Amino acid sequence: MSFLKKLIKRTNDDNRKVLSVFVTAGFPTLESTISVCSAIYDAGADIIELGIPFSDPLADGPVIQTASQTALENGVTMEYIFKTSQSLKKNYPEKGLVLMGYSNPVMKYGLEKFLIQCKNSGVNGVILPDIPVEEFSDFYNGMIPEIDKILLTTPVSSEERIKTIDEIGSGFVYCVSILGTTGTRDDFEEDTLKNLERTRRIIKNNHMLIGFGISNAKSVQKFTPYCDGIIVGSAVIKAIADDYSNKTEWDRTIELISELSEARRVYN
Amino acid sequence: MIENTTYKLPDPRGKFGEYGGMYVPETLIPALYELIETYSKLKFDPEFNRELFRLQSEYNGRPTPLTYAERLTEHFGKAKIYLKREDLNHTGAHKINNALGQILLARKLGKKRIIAETGAGQHGVATATVCAKFGLECVVYMGELDVERQKLNVFKMEMLGARVVPVSSGTKTLKDATNEAIRDWVTNVEDTHYIIGSVVGPHPYPMLVRDFQSIIGIEAKSQLFELENKLPDYILACVGGGSNAIGIFYPFLGEKTKLIGVEAAGLGVDTDEHCATLTLGSDGIFQGMKTMLLHNNEGQVSEVYSISAGLDYPGVGPEHSYLHKNQLAEYKYVDDKQALEGVKLLTEKEGIIPALETAHAVYYLNELMPKTTSDEIVIVNVSGRGDKDLNTIVDKFREVK
Repeated sequence: MSFLKKLIKRTNDDNRKVLSVFVTAGFPTLESTISVCSAIYDAGADIIELGIPFSDPLADGPVIQTASQTALENGVTMEYIFKTSQSLKKNYPEKGLVLMGYSNPVMKYGLEKFLIQCKNSGVNGVILPDIPVEEFSDFYNGMIPEIDKILLTTPVSSEERIKTIDEIGSGFVYCVSILGTTGTRDDFEEDTLKNLERTRRIIKNNHMLIGFGISNAKSVQKFTPYCDGIIVGSAVIKAIADDYSNKTEWDRTIELISELSEARRVYN
Repeated sequence: MIENTTYKLPDPRGKFGEYGGMYVPETLIPALYELIETYSKLKFDPEFNRELFRLQSEYNGRPTPLTYAERLTEHFGKAKIYLKREDLNHTGAHKINNALGQILLARKLGKKRIIAETGAGQHGVATATVCAKFGLECVVYMGELDVERQKLNVFKMEMLGARVVPVSSGTKTLKDATNEAIRDWVTNVEDTHYIIGSVVGPHPYPMLVRDFQSIIGIEAKSQLFELENKLPDYILACVGGGSNAIGIFYPFLGEKTKLIGVEAAGLGVDTDEHCATLTLGSDGIFQGMKTMLLHNNEGQVSEVYSISAGLDYPGVGPEHSYLHKNQLAEYKYVDDKQALEGVKLLTEKEGIIPALETAHAVYYLNELMPKTTSDEIVIVNVSGRGDKDLNTIVDKFREVK
């Protein structure tokens, strides 16, 4: 069983859904990433999805787009990502660490070299939203199976596709709650929950984490019955940006993570 | 649609060799399959083809002429030069060939809302035009910088009833407008069809747009055959994303005709200010496709530049990457200054003011013609007319004086 799978199981056994938090590497500054990620782990996050910034993030809404742009202006490189990953994993060996980004920077770096560096830096899995089932086998070519390759489902994925995603993906299945790009939503339609229920029923091999649009305790609680964990991104990036501009190192962020962390408890 | 029987790409997965494919978020995959399925049913459907043919002739004015360029031919004193007159299409460029085909598809798909990206505004105008004709809602994404540069086209699109959304992310140009259109599509995929403007993006778009544009080459082939009873020796076309080039190249793939695509070298290929993707790029994955790409060592996509907003794109259609790699077509480059000379040349010798994009292909005659002989024939694809560029052209000519 992979590190992530074990981590999710252990957390669920302890009556908690997993809390996975997306943070753009190098945002707001190169120096801040380790300190903000440490604060997020300390406040209760189980997994950090460290975002590899890309010039053309077409699955992302405005918040993560802006964070990526800032990170690139700050000079984030793949070497920086691995160095940061290594220090995080050294201090938090029990926590999960995943890299999330787009395929071009990975391909340019060299896929095999990238995956070996992941392994050497303590990264547990990768999420590349622009590598769907169609390109998955050609792209990863079965390389370095110790690193989980996480795939995404959406409300428009057919039952057959979800089965394939569950079969070939590893680590967990990233269930995108809504149609659209990343970013917080005020409300979710009834269809959203129906779809989560459907997706959960189809997935057999993996744990299912829900992401996109989750921003507060209320939305966490809405989703917890349908998943093994939740993923938060844009809301956290906003909090980090607020903390940075108000010089409140990382009060608002910690407050948000603590709130989410409390909300994902399951009381039997 | 007519299929090239000797050259059978893309494969069923949308690959041209290693290029092409479907590198998009999961949300878009079902919509792409829906498009593949509907198109494969309609491709050889007589009724669909009749309807498209009728629109192309009665609404768009096709076939466009193949004009013998007498004075241009005399000027070089070598091969005979013919011009394929895509500048005479309704809305002034080849873009509407694709917009007409795709709007019919969108109707078959039952989609009520159309989105598009545009750089220079030609594709935006073509899309807004067909949406007006068929009474469909139209949203066009356009980089903030291009909105500034191409005010006349923005005005036209708005007159035609489209909503033009300025895009302020990234470099504020065509690639960012495309990202934003894709984001819209991810969000509204159920009722929206995305009319992409070039042979780029995920499968099936590079194939779809090529097929709709291949009317250019099909006509040119039969027109020249009627006039000269032979195939051309050379075909010249400008390449940004590459839709006018693929449109005229495709029916000639497998023939002896030499196909030459001309990219924009901007301020020069020895500067960073260019968009000569096939000349200077390397393999990448961008906007849904694997293709040649201008990007840095970290895989971040470059800011590119050309005097012509329609060529100002860091990627290129995956089929061009394939043709380039397998030497089935040649790709050259022409810079800003040379393109302006190209405008002058065609205007003064033939009374045709070409678009700045087209002028890149025209200028390349200066390099090609000395190598030709008087019994050979060259076709230049005049992809669009220059009205939209007059401000830029006038400013630049003033600078030179």
